[in-house]
Amino acid sequence: MKKLFARIYLGLILLLLYAPLIFIAVSSFTESKVLGNWTGFSTKLYSNLFSGTMQGAAGSLMNAVYNTLFIALIAALAATLLGTLAAIGIFYSHGRSKNVTMFLNNIPMVNPDVITGVSLFLLFVFLGISQGYVSVILAHITFCTPYVVLNVLPKLHQMSSNTYEAALDLGATPGQALWKVMIPQLLPGMITGFILSFTMSLDDFAVTFFTRGTVGLETLSTYIYTDARKGGLTPELRPLMTIIFIVVFALLVFINIRQERAAKKKALSK
Amino acid sequence: MAKLSNIIGKRSNWSIPYTVFLILFVALPLILIMAYAFIDESGRFTLANITRFFGDSDALSTFAVSIEIAIENTLICLLLGYPVAWILANNKFNRSGVTIIIFILPMWINALMRTLATADLFNMLGITLGKGTLLFGMVYDYLPFMIYPIYNVLRRMDPSYAEAAQDLGAKPANVFMNVTLPLSMPGITSGIMMVFMPTVSTFAISEFLTNNKIKLFGTIIQENINSSMWNYGAALSFIMLIIIGISTLLTGSGEEEAPAGGGLI
Amino acid sequence: MSESNIIISLDHVSKWFGEKRVLDDVSLNIKKGEFVTILGPSGCGKTTTLRIIAGFETPDEGNIFIGGELMNKVQPHKRPVNTVFQRYALFPHLNVFDNIAFGLKLNGVPKDEIEKRVLRVLKMVGMTDYEWRNVDSLSGGQQQRVAIARAIVNRPAVLLLDEPLSALDHKMRKDMQIELKQMHKKLGITFVYVTHDQEEALTLSDTVVVMNEGVVQQIGTPTDIYNEPVNCFVADFIGESNIFNGTMIADRLVSFMGHEFECVDEGFGENVPVDVVVRPEDIYIMPRTDKGQFDGTVSSCIFKGVHYEMIVNTPDGHELMIQDYNAFEVGMEVSMIIKPNDIQVMKKERVCNTLEGEMIDSTHVEILDTSFECLPQEGLNSGDKVLVEVDFDKIDLTDDKRDGACEGDITFILYKADHYHLTVRTESGENVYVDTQDVWEDRDIVGVNIRPEDMRIRLAEAKA
Repeated sequence: MKKLFARIYLGLILLLLYAPLIFIAVSSFTESKVLGNWTGFSTKLYSNLFSGTMQGAAGSLMNAVYNTLFIALIAALAATLLGTLAAIGIFYSHGRSKNVTMFLNNIPMVNPDVITGVSLFLLFVFLGISQGYVSVILAHITFCTPYVVLNVLPKLHQMSSNTYEAALDLGATPGQALWKVMIPQLLPGMITGFILSFTMSLDDFAVTFFTRGTVGLETLSTYIYTDARKGGLTPELRPLMTIIFIVVFALLVFINIRQERAAKKKALSK
Repeated sequence: MAKLSNIIGKRSNWSIPYTVFLILFVALPLILIMAYAFIDESGRFTLANITRFFGDSDALSTFAVSIEIAIENTLICLLLGYPVAWILANNKFNRSGVTIIIFILPMWINALMRTLATADLFNMLGITLGKGTLLFGMVYDYLPFMIYPIYNVLRRMDPSYAEAAQDLGAKPANVFMNVTLPLSMPGITSGIMMVFMPTVSTFAISEFLTNNKIKLFGTIIQENINSSMWNYGAALSFIMLIIIGISTLLTGSGEEEAPAGGGLI
Repeated sequence: MSESNIIISLDHVSKWFGEKRVLDDVSLNIKKGEFVTILGPSGCGKTTTLRIIAGFETPDEGNIFIGGELMNKVQPHKRPVNTVFQRYALFPHLNVFDNIAFGLKLNGVPKDEIEKRVLRVLKMVGMTDYEWRNVDSLSGGQQQRVAIARAIVNRPAVLLLDEPLSALDHKMRKDMQIELKQMHKKLGITFVYVTHDQEEALTLSDTVVVMNEGVVQQIGTPTDIYNEPVNCFVADFIGESNIFNGTMIADRLVSFMGHEFECVDEGFGENVPVDVVVRPEDIYIMPRTDKGQFDGTVSSCIFKGVHYEMIVNTPDGHELMIQDYNAFEVGMEVSMIIKPNDIQVMKKERVCNTLEGEMIDSTHVEILDTSFECLPQEGLNSGDKVLVEVDFDKIDLTDDKRDGACEGDITFILYKADHYHLTVRTESGENVYVDTQDVWEDRDIVGVNIRPEDMRIRLAEAKA
């Protein structure tokens, strides 16, 4: 009885959360310009999308997709590298420098996007850095890296403190010890951090909006924003969103099943 | 050369590049917000930007509406989200650690796109866009951010606390009120932080969900920055920062290890 | 319950966790005011037993009575028992006072009385003036005291303690043992105490319940358990022992290590295989010049503080542990005597493996969920239910599990003076028992092989 009630409740909340997504997915299979109008089943939007010729109010949709992917990839790679090094440094340092770094590391996670966006905008203006790809990528690294740090740190805590020393003792240089002993143990955290960074960069709107400058750089989010403000969404966004949704879903389920398995293995081996 | 390899060899130094990065891209920009908020266009110190806000009835009413919407949104998210987190964290109902993903997944989908879809869904159903639809859309956008931190705290809670309470004579309702709920406060506060602040500062979403009828505080910051009123925009951002500071102090979540951010998945 | 002085009674209680049977037909009576310890290795079911008494688990079979009332379905908060949890489970959001007052407040005890009782109980556990402290700021020992105070302030009929001292260091543990014992005397209520530490159990208890693999092995006073263990497991688990395979030749005469010894046991029958236990301090050791019952050579001698612990090898290949106040040097030729009173003879639980199986065809039998080749069987048809007997020393274990017909892991190792007696849990969930000279380790994963000529197969009698 209690179980049934709990199930029904969860079901209703899921319906609330997924109604718009399902709505997009369903209407990606019809040609109607207006979202919500069903004019018969069609996969034309998908073929339009993949033919790559779509032009909306904000220019080429495919261009925006490439920009988004490119920025996300570079930002996630840089954040993973920077964040992993930082996590190792933080783990082995003590006192004030550790506290300062951890404090600053938390700020981008607590700050609303708008504040991050405005503050970075002012920074680029102040430093006279012209805004475009570079500024957007730097901004994305800023809000992605904290998540890498927070995913790598627990792996360092789990790692036996002596393995690095053991590698040195057995004749490895610090670089070899890092590469052959530490990195393999940190890898799961780094991968999770990378995927998180990648998806967050994909999803970002506010920070990109403030730091992309006036050179006409469009990512998916800004494209949608401009598109919607100029009246009517490009219909091809629907299949695109459906695809992104499925990819993100698969990625997240993959990470979590992997983590769950690792946790179970650990519990078993105890 | 030997000196350099010594510096690199010491692992505590490996965070130096990131610390420099943080100072440059996190600390300095925040200082710049404060700086710009207190100077005029010619670079002289002034309080005019701050006083302008308190004389700007549009900005003030937007501010009030933002706070009101944010409080309402946070409360609704808490009331709807806590039971979800509780059910999912309870072994009796759910043993898999993966089920939660279904509930937080929507937060990884482009918020603008979801918002537009929600707005269109309302249009299709013939519901006029306004405060009601704004709240609905906000709840929809932010509910996962409330569910996840609470779930995390509940899931990690040692079951022997609840057992100890039962053992000492607490009925199930008492166990919840006297032990489970107070022990899940860290999750609740970080959930509140993750919903309240972003709601106040949202831009774009409110416009789409209300057909431009209701503006939130984030929108006026954006409008000012975009129309090159940097100093006033910075002043508004500064006020926003003050609110963040106050609510962080109030919820005491500055000390928490930010479980929400800590392990988003 | 007929006997009125029995406060807790477990009546044929069984409990499964999924496929695994964690309690197997446990029956146990606990008297009012008794200090009872449930003792056993990890995973033996002792904590589950305690949780059934507390009400956090319900028995799948059998009944639990507290104060004569059936408690199977009674919620924990309605039971007259309180628990001290293993890691204390003090509420971190409440201070010491509110932790202790938790139960009283729920029961609507008036404020001034709550205060009186909390202060009194704090005094009793030696924590006066700590009432406003945050529980996280307390040391392990102090948290322990608060946890005990929180439980006894409710004046339960029974106090349950789940390995309460396991998180403390050695010295602290010794002190707390004495305090617990005094507290038990002062309160006069029943204590049910769970531990894996045999020394703790012997020190504290009026009655010790030894458990293994979900089964009660022996219930008795500490002296009974130590001096008269009922089986090899108890003998090995409690204290140090020399355990031998022996033969009861007649009443009061037992043979082991190739010698005959007088003993005090009767009623086993004649020429019956038995297990024999002799404690290391009960073997008298002397230079070879004094002629004892049997001879040996000292192979190691370690000073243990009060006594010396020596390993002595006999010419026929037995290895004995002997404790004595005098040291005998390594290499010394010695002679030994064992007195009749010090020989504990135990009935063997089994003399060979008996496995239930089914004939597949005339040369194959399925046992342990695996097909084994056997000698051609006449008079047995495929599908017949059979019993397969295999001697302990006729089961081969392999290092690599893939070399075995089926795999298993070693769950218990018993050293029997000249060989090891292993318990191997196979994948089918059945145990096989193996005698071997090889040294294996606990938890080793092994392959299990049985040669066709070593199986004795007979038709299983149809169950009535």
